[in-house]
Amino acid sequence: MDAQIAAILAIDGIATGAIYVLIGLGFVLIFAVTRVIFVPFGDIVSFTALTLASLEMRRLPGTIGLVIALAGLASLMEIVAKLRARECHLIPRTILCFLVLPLLPAAAVWLLSGAPLAMPSRIVLSLALILPIAPLLDRVAFRPIADGSILLLLIVSVAIHFALVGLGLLFFGPEGVRTQPLSDAVFEIAGLTVSAQTLLIVAASIVFSGLLFLFFDFSLTGKALQATALNRTGARLVGIRPASTGTAAYLLASALAGISGVLIGPATTIFYDSGFLIGLKAFVGAIIGAMASYPMTALGAVFVGLLESFASFWSSAFKEVIVFGLLIPVLLWRSLTLTADTDESTEE
Amino acid sequence: MTARQQRLISVGAILLLAVAPALLSPFKITLLNFIGIYTLAVLGLVLLTGVGGMLSFGQAAFVGIAAYATAWACAIHGHSPWLGLVLAVVLVCGIAALLGAITLRLEGHFLPLSTIAWGLAIYFLFGNIDALGHFNGIGDIPPISISGVALRSSAQIFYLIWAVVIAALYLCGNLLASREGRALRALRGGRIMVESLGINSFRIKVATFVIAALLSALSGWLYAHMGRFVSPAPFDVNAGILYLLMAMVGGMEHLLGAVVGATIVTLLRNTIQDVLPLIAPGVSGQLETVVFAVLFVVLLQRARTGLLPFLLRWLPQLEPSRPISAPPMARRRQPMKGVPLLSVEGVERRFGGLLAVNDVSFELKAGEILGLIGPNGAGKSTMFNLITGVLRPDRGRIRFLDVDITRRPQREIARAGIARTFQHVKLRPKMTLLDNVLLGIYPRTRAGFLAGALRLDRAEESQARYEAIRLLQRVGLAERAFESAGTLPLGSQRLLEIARALAADPMLLVLDEPAAGLRRTEKLDLARLFENLRAQGLTVLVVEHDMDFVMGLVDRTVVMDFGSKLCEGLPTEIQADPRVQEAYLGGVV
Repeated sequence: MDAQIAAILAIDGIATGAIYVLIGLGFVLIFAVTRVIFVPFGDIVSFTALTLASLEMRRLPGTIGLVIALAGLASLMEIVAKLRARECHLIPRTILCFLVLPLLPAAAVWLLSGAPLAMPSRIVLSLALILPIAPLLDRVAFRPIADGSILLLLIVSVAIHFALVGLGLLFFGPEGVRTQPLSDAVFEIAGLTVSAQTLLIVAASIVFSGLLFLFFDFSLTGKALQATALNRTGARLVGIRPASTGTAAYLLASALAGISGVLIGPATTIFYDSGFLIGLKAFVGAIIGAMASYPMTALGAVFVGLLESFASFWSSAFKEVIVFGLLIPVLLWRSLTLTADTDESTEE
Repeated sequence: MTARQQRLISVGAILLLAVAPALLSPFKITLLNFIGIYTLAVLGLVLLTGVGGMLSFGQAAFVGIAAYATAWACAIHGHSPWLGLVLAVVLVCGIAALLGAITLRLEGHFLPLSTIAWGLAIYFLFGNIDALGHFNGIGDIPPISISGVALRSSAQIFYLIWAVVIAALYLCGNLLASREGRALRALRGGRIMVESLGINSFRIKVATFVIAALLSALSGWLYAHMGRFVSPAPFDVNAGILYLLMAMVGGMEHLLGAVVGATIVTLLRNTIQDVLPLIAPGVSGQLETVVFAVLFVVLLQRARTGLLPFLLRWLPQLEPSRPISAPPMARRRQPMKGVPLLSVEGVERRFGGLLAVNDVSFELKAGEILGLIGPNGAGKSTMFNLITGVLRPDRGRIRFLDVDITRRPQREIARAGIARTFQHVKLRPKMTLLDNVLLGIYPRTRAGFLAGALRLDRAEESQARYEAIRLLQRVGLAERAFESAGTLPLGSQRLLEIARALAADPMLLVLDEPAAGLRRTEKLDLARLFENLRAQGLTVLVVEHDMDFVMGLVDRTVVMDFGSKLCEGLPTEIQADPRVQEAYLGGVV
């Protein structure tokens, strides 16, 4: 391998890593606030790309059915809960939040899907359609067991992932799609050709993770999210509802997943089940960040991207073996640097 | 229900299984075979995750390694399946020991995540190695033959599979009731208590991990020779998740949960495959996983602990067998009265900028009861943790019987003869009182995993049980020996902790605020126990807050304030000391 190839691989790796950064941040965000390791997160990424592809082909994306079904189920559960709690006056608000709001983008997509749309409007529509899925899943599946063990939450999360993959096959079929490139321009930087697509990915990753940090530091919702992550009971005592911060976390993370889906669509062929491995690799980045630190997660995700890029050069067949195998020493290092003192918290 | 009745039920169940091939169709027998094979892998997971608290997604990878090992040996190199079994077991246990040694030190969710990582890596390895037929797999695996009879049909291999399952259930059941099994059951809920009893928690974790892997190896070996074909797909992370699902559905905390979970999940999957084409023709294949997943979410929302606890509620409780008289256990030679036992020399410990313990020295002689007192935040508990090895001092030395124990790990200090209790009681609330005390006896007994599983530990075990019940008698809790420790009121829990500490036959007993939170009558019980210990000549260091309680009991007192030693002397001297009065009362007196 000469310097030229190394540079190309590095650029490729950074671009992939940049996408993992966004997804990894979403993982950490959801885990910190709700204690759920949201395995279906990768599926949200692939569904965004598939929805975008359907809109490009002027087809009605299957995601609509999922959103409608989930919205119906969630509002039903919420109305029953309100009736039982004798809070009938809250029902109109429930219907607005759980039924009308999620169905607005679905209606828009349904009306517009046949029409020729410009790329920005297609992207906005896909994102809007994807956004309600995770919060609705949270309402339907996780909220009844919100006080359960992390293991229980993880298993339910895995089951939802399987359900989504099955539905993905039903909605989108087995064919893979590649969405239209966001830009065809190519730049020459220091003797290397870099596509605008790559630059866009890196830029988007930096901008959106930057926005996330600003959101946490300067907005009240961001602070409420941080408070819930640090201490749920404490947050409740000062009037923060973990359920609402959970929804906020899911919405925010879905936005990150959606953006990643839009960015990854033109770069890789996406199938209905591609999300799992993409999510898992981003997750590896999150583990390197110990599921807690956002900057470390970002670094970890870029590291995984680079690793994957170089591993596929050395041996494309063993690419995954190398990426996941190398995680073990990383984990070991993490556990050695984060020793002791964690014991008391798990003590009964 | 008595043990005898339970045995009868087990024999009945085995007989039912034995006649199953005569009554059921070959297809149903094949289903039962799959259930048996899954049960083995899930059983390992119950031990590992349900009992030991170590979550693993990698169980399927071990099943895969075993299946591939035997397939490679038999189908490609033409060896006997029995040689394949040896290869599978050796390979799987070796890899498990190595992976366990690397990853079991990981805390919290790092462990499960690392199992996903190496589980995936192993799966992709299967699919990319030439000798293992890539993603196409290996076919034409010969059947297992026992004394010339080849087990080709599903009814033939049925007996082998279920014989292995029953043997595994029996051995694991024995193991859990043995010395190492108790230590394994105590792992959940934190390491500090386990290590304070002289138990090497890491060793137990690795051993359990290898046992779980061994069960997967058996599962994989049977799988390969039943289907006579292996490919990577059944061993991917999804399969690992499926095993976990079975364990959760059945009930993680009981060995039979593995059987129940494997049965329900297998049958349910099968039913869904039968019913769905009738409801949704055309798309049933795609809908299968969806329906399956949704059913599980609903099930887990409704029954978090799995189904077995619900089933067990209908059965009468098993009557415990009371310990019977046995020869007494060997005891440690106690040091001569008046010999310096523990000496703390200029010990210092900082937490960041806070100097929690500052240049403290004192000495404790054999046969003496020493009180370590001081107002809140004086550094008593830190001092306590430094002596017992939970924390390490930044400076200074701690010697026990002329041996330097300053930097020794907790469990070595415990084994040297220092037994402790905790300020916030640390018991295993779901284990019985007797089991909790037996945990304390762990370092005085020797039976290992194999001896426990094969019940070669009976003599030692009955000695230990007798010793435990006598200790419970001593603290007045023998009548409740078979109740869960969590049902006791706080005062009795403290007495139980002291019984557990005494079970180690210590030379020095260190008690961390034993009277905290006790009612008056409970304090009187505790004081009576103290008199009893003093009469026996045991050396005791007691960290205490309650002056009235401690002053009547101790021979000598060391007073700490703001991390430093204020003074030491006889209780009467201490009470008259103006510095002590100032520290406690702010100098009003």
